[in-house]
Amino acid sequence: MTPLKHLFGIAELDRYQIEYLVNLGDSFIDLSRRPIKKAPTLRGKTVINLFFENSTRTRTSFEIAGKRLSADVINISASTSATKKGETLLDTAQTLAAMQPHALVIRHSLAGACHFLAGYLPSTAIINAGDGAHEHPTQILTDLLTLKHAIGDMDGRVVTIVGDIAHSRVARSHMLAAQRLGYHVRLVAPKTLLPAQVERYGCQVFHDFDAAIPGSDVLYMLRVQTERLTSNCDFPSIREYHEAYGLNRHRLEAAGAGALVMHPGPINRGVEIATDVADSARSRILDQVEHGVAVRMAVLTALCGGGEE
Amino acid sequence: MSMLRISGGRVIDPANGIDKVCDVWIENGKVAGVGTLKGKAAETIDASGKIVCPGFVDMHVHLREPGQEWKEDIASGSRAAVAGGVTSMACMPNTQPRLDHAGVVRQVIERAREVGLCRVHPIAAVSKNLEGKELTEMRELVRAGAVAFSDDGRPIWHAGVMRKALEYASTFDFLVIQHAEELALTEGGAVNEGWISTQLGVSGIPAAGEDAMVARDIMLARLAGARYHVAHISTAGAVELVRQARRQGLQVTAEAAPHHFALTEDEVLNYNADAKMNPPLRTEADRLAVIAGLGDGTIDAIATDHAPHHEDDKRCGLSCAAFGVVGLETLLPVSLDLVRGGVLSLPELIAKMTVNPARLLGLDAGTLGPGYPADITIFDEQARWTLDREKLFSRSRNTPWHGRQMTGRVTHTLLDGRVVFADGAVVG
Repeated sequence: MTPLKHLFGIAELDRYQIEYLVNLGDSFIDLSRRPIKKAPTLRGKTVINLFFENSTRTRTSFEIAGKRLSADVINISASTSATKKGETLLDTAQTLAAMQPHALVIRHSLAGACHFLAGYLPSTAIINAGDGAHEHPTQILTDLLTLKHAIGDMDGRVVTIVGDIAHSRVARSHMLAAQRLGYHVRLVAPKTLLPAQVERYGCQVFHDFDAAIPGSDVLYMLRVQTERLTSNCDFPSIREYHEAYGLNRHRLEAAGAGALVMHPGPINRGVEIATDVADSARSRILDQVEHGVAVRMAVLTALCGGGEE
Repeated sequence: MSMLRISGGRVIDPANGIDKVCDVWIENGKVAGVGTLKGKAAETIDASGKIVCPGFVDMHVHLREPGQEWKEDIASGSRAAVAGGVTSMACMPNTQPRLDHAGVVRQVIERAREVGLCRVHPIAAVSKNLEGKELTEMRELVRAGAVAFSDDGRPIWHAGVMRKALEYASTFDFLVIQHAEELALTEGGAVNEGWISTQLGVSGIPAAGEDAMVARDIMLARLAGARYHVAHISTAGAVELVRQARRQGLQVTAEAAPHHFALTEDEVLNYNADAKMNPPLRTEADRLAVIAGLGDGTIDAIATDHAPHHEDDKRCGLSCAAFGVVGLETLLPVSLDLVRGGVLSLPELIAKMTVNPARLLGLDAGTLGPGYPADITIFDEQARWTLDREKLFSRSRNTPWHGRQMTGRVTHTLLDGRVVFADGAVVG
């Protein structure tokens, strides 16, 4: 396998690279369950988490992943960074790169932020922690690890993604992963929340949630940004959204007995997912969180060295 | 004063129906005649094997002066123009201050005369400060030298204001040029809406935004009995609307930019901000529709929408990068692809780059008729070269054609019979 230099998105990975990272992540799960949660894998490595968007779970997940592997992890969030003083994304990234970290983990609202920066930072590994509505590769690798445990081989399986597809980097990355791993994606949303020509990913598009449920192995619910409600006319009310596209007990029962519930978090209880469903035995939402740390350990190991040698 | 002879070239002058190998004679800065003249030339330019035609007329450029001279100014823009064979250009009013007062219009014209390389004809603002609310003093602006009106960069969005602008302008036979974009559909977009924008995760600019505005404006032009010109037409829908309007006898005209008939949205797949402009590069179907519109006469003119930007304005990621590409120096080779592709004959192409835009703007340009200013471009149709953005005469570098093979190159540009560009160098 070609060693990875960056992790921009699933688009740049082939099936073997995806499986390698997921399996490597699998081998790291145990570390977080031990009483002493520390391994020397990344000792002497510096990782900077540069987050221009609010994030608790992804940033914490990367931080814990780095620290449990003994990397020196520095967190920078937009509210405390120089960007408020007019420093550009590029200047901030170049300044940090000049301090010679091994990896920059970047979250930014600008789609393509990592592609853009990589052209100017030749010697730093860049890891995409979410760029606008483009990609969120570590979330999808996390999901694939959860699915490996819950389902096993994904070939021919059906993942039904419900909600704001238009603004979802998670949905895009999943559709790219599905192409590579042979699972099927069904998208469920009103037209207002679907991006143009999305069916060209090879997915099936549904407007009726109930029609998409039979045969689904996973009901993957996306967070609804309630602020889109009034500013974008994307849907008329939370009440109507939940009625049409929310996952409730009734819909969960309509799915097969083995169907699982997933969500990239954070969840809006009572909006895209009913509380009893979120907390049910079918939910793998907290597994996703746990596996997120393991997968990010794998990504940091693969990109910062220490794993391949 | 002595005569200058341009000898042995293929002289193409669509305004006068000329296409033959012969000489062009110039006396006192004017065209003395085309063909064999009894006289002795003090000086001769050998144009054998080359095309000799009227200097190009680019009816849509942004010169950035006054206000943004770090991107371009009238001097650097004029150098880029003559390097591209352009001897007359119409500059858009989105400068700082805007070209919405006679004083600023005069300042631009005076500065261009001082530079003395290329004729610069200001297009004044339709509305004060380009706000789309109150009309500018159009008669005063025309007296100062404005040749048309536009709020380019932004549309005249309010239908009532647009109706009045068309009515008032057409009262005095002034031309209104619209940057056709329904902002309610396009705001926030960075690239064409479609499969590419979906894959990039970038907000899209739907073709319907341009179509809707052109459709509305055609209704208003009919209501007002006005001339109406669509700037940088880019969608199949808008081309068809203009075609239908012309069939109905409306005075609707359009221009297309080389990037819109040469490139598609695929250029931005790698988040290339140097291929970001507004309207955006569209689909292959749109590109072919623009070409068909050029071929059947729906689109009258080729105009570059030369829009220089400093690298700081481009080097911030696709979504926040400024819209626009430079185009003066790639106008000819890119447009010649229309001839090589069998869409237009060489005289038809040259008409769209000379006499057609000159007539739309009412300029004494775009012709080699006797007595007209000797603004002449000589080019080698076959010359192959590679575009290097570092070698552009423009102050800015934002071209999507960096590193690409070009075929066709301007060898000489004359203004008032004076050589202002020759063999790769600006003269004077």
